[in-house]
Amino acid sequence: MDYELLLGILPQVFLDGLILGFMYALIALGYTMVYGVLEFINFAHSEIFIVGAFVGVEVLLGLKSAGLLDGLPWPFLLVLVLVAGMAVSGALAVTVERVAYRPLRGTPRLIPLISAIGISFFLQDLIRLIESIWRNAFNLVYPTIDALNIRFELTATLDVSVKSLVVIVAALGMLWALHAIVNRTKVGTAIRAVAEDQAAASLMGINVNRIISLTFLIGGAMGGAAGVLFGVQYGLINPYTGFIPGLKAFTAAVLGGIGNIPGAMLGGLVLGLLEAFAASYLSLLTGGAFGAEYKDIFAFSVLILILIFRPKGLLGEVVRERA
Amino acid sequence: MIARSVLVAALLACSGFAVATFPRSVLAFLLFQGSLLVIYLAAIPRWLRWALLAVALLVMMPLIGAYNGYYLEVATQVGIFVALALGLNIVVGLAGLLDLGYVAFYAVGAYSWAIFGSPQANVVFGGGFPLAPGWFYVFLGVGLAVAALTGVLLGLPVLRLRGDYLAIVTLGFGEVIRVLANNLDKPINLTNGPKGITPISRPPAPFGVPYAEYFYFLVLLIVVVVILVNRRLEDSHIGRAWEAIREDELAAQAMGVPLVRMKLLAFACGASFAGVMGVVFSAKQVFINPESFTFLESIGVLAMVILGGMGSIPGAVLGATVVTVLNLQVLKGLSLWLNELKNAGVTILGYSLADLPTQLEPAKYERMIFGMILVLMMIFRPQGILPARRRQRELG
Repeated sequence: MDYELLLGILPQVFLDGLILGFMYALIALGYTMVYGVLEFINFAHSEIFIVGAFVGVEVLLGLKSAGLLDGLPWPFLLVLVLVAGMAVSGALAVTVERVAYRPLRGTPRLIPLISAIGISFFLQDLIRLIESIWRNAFNLVYPTIDALNIRFELTATLDVSVKSLVVIVAALGMLWALHAIVNRTKVGTAIRAVAEDQAAASLMGINVNRIISLTFLIGGAMGGAAGVLFGVQYGLINPYTGFIPGLKAFTAAVLGGIGNIPGAMLGGLVLGLLEAFAASYLSLLTGGAFGAEYKDIFAFSVLILILIFRPKGLLGEVVRERA
Repeated sequence: MIARSVLVAALLACSGFAVATFPRSVLAFLLFQGSLLVIYLAAIPRWLRWALLAVALLVMMPLIGAYNGYYLEVATQVGIFVALALGLNIVVGLAGLLDLGYVAFYAVGAYSWAIFGSPQANVVFGGGFPLAPGWFYVFLGVGLAVAALTGVLLGLPVLRLRGDYLAIVTLGFGEVIRVLANNLDKPINLTNGPKGITPISRPPAPFGVPYAEYFYFLVLLIVVVVILVNRRLEDSHIGRAWEAIREDELAAQAMGVPLVRMKLLAFACGASFAGVMGVVFSAKQVFINPESFTFLESIGVLAMVILGGMGSIPGAVLGATVVTVLNLQVLKGLSLWLNELKNAGVTILGYSLADLPTQLEPAKYERMIFGMILVLMMIFRPQGILPARRRQRELG
């Protein structure tokens, strides 16, 4: 056993896990907000997330073919793609809710879930259809922005790229903004009221449908931002890429306590770190018997164990059991 | 009554004739399948209905298959999926437990025969494999037992979970099984990983029947048995208990329904059908790899159950037929047709079809079909096309 090696890669693994964790946290927000308000798993959120990544790549490729990519400052570019991704994903989430979930409100639990699974699959192929007609491509690669790939050497074994820092800063900023909206504004109060008791909230003059749409808008926009950051960080996307990260982000939301915003953050970070460590250390510790391929099983096992032993998660409050 | 009977018989004869005359036409084959549905639904004497169905499935279908082997392949696939849909129908339709990882049981059955019916098992047990082909029939039972056991193992931990959480856990379970199949090629090579297992032995075909026909009849036999078992279950204590659990768990418990035992039984029953079909599937294909057991397949089977009607046996049969035919024939047919048009250099409104993107392959758009089925059914007809009779009475 080479302890030198094990300790040597530790900081790098930790950093990778942190970035992955912030990514999961941002996606998890969409699941958690919708669940908090409607007690319903928005299975299509993974596609809403990947649509953000596609909008980002389309904007960047469009700028590239217009020859503007190198001329514009990178912070401006980044804000531009983030806003575009957030707008489209948010609008998509609102549309999906109007078309596929709202008509099913008040039906037994499983009915909207099945509908959401259907939407998830439908969207995957819709993206595929659009991209195959528009670009005749299945996999899309993010154009490189040189400034984002600059790496700082922190120590001999640890370096960090600008884009990783961007992910961390953007994620923290968005989480803070969301927390402020939910806890300090009138709209946030309305969201919390609807989550608490829809009927009573509507008696108090809150337009419940509008608040639910707004919840989907915010959750979808966060998902879209996560999609753009995902694309910038990892570079390659295809219409089916969103599914697994989406599922893991859901795991993160459950881990932190579904319906709980700081919980989503915590769950995302814990899961991201766990996964980075599993991917790096599993094969080292087992002498190559179990490779990094098992990292997905790792996440699913966490999900299964959490749901069985502590379904309310780390920070969650007990949700009223509804038949 | 008599007029109707004659009409229905004539329809069957005509559609059979159409298939024989145009052996390449998808439409003719669809007409043939449609006539089976008409036979089932038409108000004709029961003996005549079963006689016509028997003639269609036991005589006409193999004959059509002799003309065009592809149709027989489609019919066999339909049969396999009918059994899967009936199994999932027990879990989802009767007991109300949404299982999103159902294909895992199918995989367990398939791998159990694949490993012992091929040289693969030598890696673990030294020598003496593949087993003699006759063992296949024993393994139908083994696959059933192993899958049922897997069902119980999955059922035990999820018993306490609520509907939507249960769905997610079963999804995770299905993925875990697939990842294991994909990676258990080290430290001990059990499943041969992503490369898959081949050659898998086939049972000796009796009377020298060609394998395509043999598998068709075997699948048909299993489907008939599964349907009979299902019907008996539905009207038994057990079926009633399942439906009680689906409608209201608390009330069912209060009336003395043993929740734990009944839920586990539902998982075990549903899984066992998939296990048997998995064994057949691996022998039929001679080659399996983890790609046949993805989440997409699970959702496909779910779409079949939901399209036909949850908790309805004829519904599951219809749903499996429609979805399989859509995927295997309609989408593929569209792809072929599009390619023919491209190669012929057809232009529409001055746009040459040859310029269409090469990535545009209708055959690959299964997900869209499944997705649309799920969403549209949930919004417009949650009880399905052929709702369960009891459900029909409730929804009036």
